[in-house]
Amino acid sequence: MIVIDTGNNIAALAAKMARPKVIAAYPITPQTKVVERIAEFVEKGELDTEYIHVESEHSAMTACIAASATGVRTFTATASHGLLLMHEMLHWAGLSRLPVVMVNVNRSIGPGWNIWSDLNDSLSQRDTGWIQFYASSNQEIFDNVIQAYKIAENEEIFLPAMVSYDGFILSHTSMPLDVPDQSKIDAFLPAFKPGWTLDVEHPITHGNIVSPKPYMDIRYSMEKAMKKAQKIIQEVGEEWGKKFGRPYGLVQEYRCDDADYVFVTMAALAAEAKVAVDNLRDKGEKAGLINLRTVRPFPYSQLKYDNMIVIDRDISPGLGGIIYHEMKKLNYTMYSFIAGIGGVDVSYKDIERMYQLAQDDKEGWYPLEVK
Amino acid sequence: MAIKDLPRDEYLLKGHAACPGCPITVALRIALKALGNKTILVIPACCSSVIQALYPKSGFNVPILNIAFEAAAAGASGVSAALKKLDKTDITPVVWAGDGGSYDIGIQALSGALERGTNFIYICYNNQMYSNTGIQRSGATPYGAWTTTTWTGKKEHQKELGEIVRAHHIPYVATATISYPEDLYAKVLKAKNMKGPRYIEIFAPCPPGWRFDMSKTIEMARLAVETGAWILYEEIDGQFAFTSYSKKILEGRDRKPIEEWLQLQGRFRHLTEDDMKKINSHLDEKWNQYKKS
Repeated sequence: MIVIDTGNNIAALAAKMARPKVIAAYPITPQTKVVERIAEFVEKGELDTEYIHVESEHSAMTACIAASATGVRTFTATASHGLLLMHEMLHWAGLSRLPVVMVNVNRSIGPGWNIWSDLNDSLSQRDTGWIQFYASSNQEIFDNVIQAYKIAENEEIFLPAMVSYDGFILSHTSMPLDVPDQSKIDAFLPAFKPGWTLDVEHPITHGNIVSPKPYMDIRYSMEKAMKKAQKIIQEVGEEWGKKFGRPYGLVQEYRCDDADYVFVTMAALAAEAKVAVDNLRDKGEKAGLINLRTVRPFPYSQLKYDNMIVIDRDISPGLGGIIYHEMKKLNYTMYSFIAGIGGVDVSYKDIERMYQLAQDDKEGWYPLEVK
Repeated sequence: MAIKDLPRDEYLLKGHAACPGCPITVALRIALKALGNKTILVIPACCSSVIQALYPKSGFNVPILNIAFEAAAAGASGVSAALKKLDKTDITPVVWAGDGGSYDIGIQALSGALERGTNFIYICYNNQMYSNTGIQRSGATPYGAWTTTTWTGKKEHQKELGEIVRAHHIPYVATATISYPEDLYAKVLKAKNMKGPRYIEIFAPCPPGWRFDMSKTIEMARLAVETGAWILYEEIDGQFAFTSYSKKILEGRDRKPIEEWLQLQGRFRHLTEDDMKKINSHLDEKWNQYKKS
C-alpha cells in the first residue's frame, strides 16, 4: 500500500510491524514523534508490546539489552545526545551479542543546542559493535528497519543494528512509500530465536569476570560476525528485492559503470547527490554515485572506482572526514569534502560545484575552505 | 522461624571469590533461600560482580545478568517486561546491588523503575562505601569514617536511601541485616510474595573496608542494630513499623553506646571528642524522630 508520511512515523510503523515484545524509549528532538506514535499504537491496542517509559536513554538501552537477554525482540529510538548517553550500553549490547534494533535520528551534538542534521552522533558510535544502516528516503527507513531485525537476529550474526536517518530532512518530511501488508512482513521476518537467554531451568552467569584470552576470543568472534554480516546483508537485501521489488546491498550504485568521478556519500546527502549526478550527466559529465547503506560492516569491497569524491557530513577533529579516512586504505584517487555540518544546507547545486572543484584537484571544507 | 528451619536449598555454591568474613555471601545465601530458583539476578558493578568466580565458571546457581554500574534497575525493568510478555511472571527479577550502585550512580535508574511500578525486588547490600574499587567514600558512608578518599574522616553524614525510596510509595520497603537472619529471610520471603516494586536494604559490615577482624562480621552487624546505628523496619503499603531488635529500642530498651560499635572499627580510630559529639547528636536526633513518628 502506498502511504505518504514522515520519516519518524514510518520508523514507528516499521517497528510496529516487526512486532517487538519490549520497547523502551525516551523522547528527544527530532526523534520525539517516534516515541509518541509508539505510545499511541500501544494505548490503542494496535501493538502488543511492553512499553517501558524509561527515565533516560541509558536506561532505554539497558532495558532493551535485558529484555533481549530474557528472550524477546526489542526496539528503541533516539538521537544525538541520547545516543551519546547510550554509548556505554551500545558496547554492552554488542559484546553481549544481543540483536537489539534501534533507530537513530541524526542530529548535531551540543554545545550549542543545534537540532539539525549531522552524522557525528552515530558515526562516533562506529566502534561499538553495532551494524549501522543509513537511509536516504522514508522508504529506506522502513525497508532498513525490517531487514535490520532479520540480519541482526541471524544466528551467524547476533549483533545489534542501528538504522540512522537525518533529523528533519527525513524525520519531519512526508514522502510517498510502499508499505507491504503485515502478513508479508510476517512471512519475511520470522519470530525471534534468541542465541542465549536468562533461563531459570538452565541458569547461566552472563558477564562475570573474564580473563584476557577469552575476552579477546569474544572480540574476535564479534569481528568474524561483522565480516559475515556483509554476506547476510547482501542475501537479505536480495530476498527483500524478490519479495517487495526493491533489492538492497551494502551500497547503492548509481550510474557508476562508465563514470569518470564517483560521489561517495550517505543518508540524505546521497539523495541530493543523485540529483546532482543526473544534472551532471545531462551536461555531458560522466558522474556516478555510491550511496553507503552500511558503515558497519564497512563496504570496502564495493568501493572500487578511481576519482571518488567523498562527502562527509561529519568530522573527526584533527583527522578529517570520517568516511573519507575510513576509505583511505583503498588504493584509489579520492577527494574529501566536509559539508553540511550542523545542518548547513547542501543542495544538488553545491554537489555539482564539488564535482568541478575535484576536477580542479581541490578539496576541503565546503564552502569555508577549499583548496 | 529458626535458622535450622531455613530451606536446605543452596543457590550460592562453593567456589565464589568473596573475602573471608564477607557479609555479602551470608546475605545472598539467605536471600536466595527465600527467593528460590525462580529468580533472575541483575547485578551492577559491585563486589558481587567480581565474586561470582572466573568465566566460564560461576558460584551462583541462578541466572545472572551482570550490567553496568548505574543501570541495575533499568536492567531489571527490561527483564520484568520480557517475563510478562513471555507469560513467566512466576519468575522474580531481583537487583542485587551495592550502596555505591544504589545511593549514588544508580539512583536515577532506581527511582525511575520504582516510579514506573516495575514488578521487581531491589536489594541493596550496604557496606557504606565503594568496596570493590578499594574503600572509597559513597553517599552511604557515615560521618567521620576513614576511606581512601576521606583520609581524615568523612565530613558529611550519610543520606537515607530508604527514606528516598519510601517517598516513591511502593508496596514494600524494608531494612535488614545478617545478624538477624530470620528477620532477613522473612522480609525477602514477604517481598517475594508481593507484586510491584519492592526494596530491601541489607546492612553489610565489611572487614577490610571497616578495618575489623574477619571473625567479627556478624557481631558488627548486631552491634550496629543494638547501638541504633542501623535500624530494622518494614513498610507494607504505607504501614511503617520497626521490627526485631530495633522495635525493642523504640519501645524503650536502651540503645547501647555508639562507642561500642565505633571502637571496634579501624576506620573510626582517629575520631575526636568533637566528632563523637556530632555522631551522638545526629543519632539522637534520628531516634527522636523515629519515636515521634
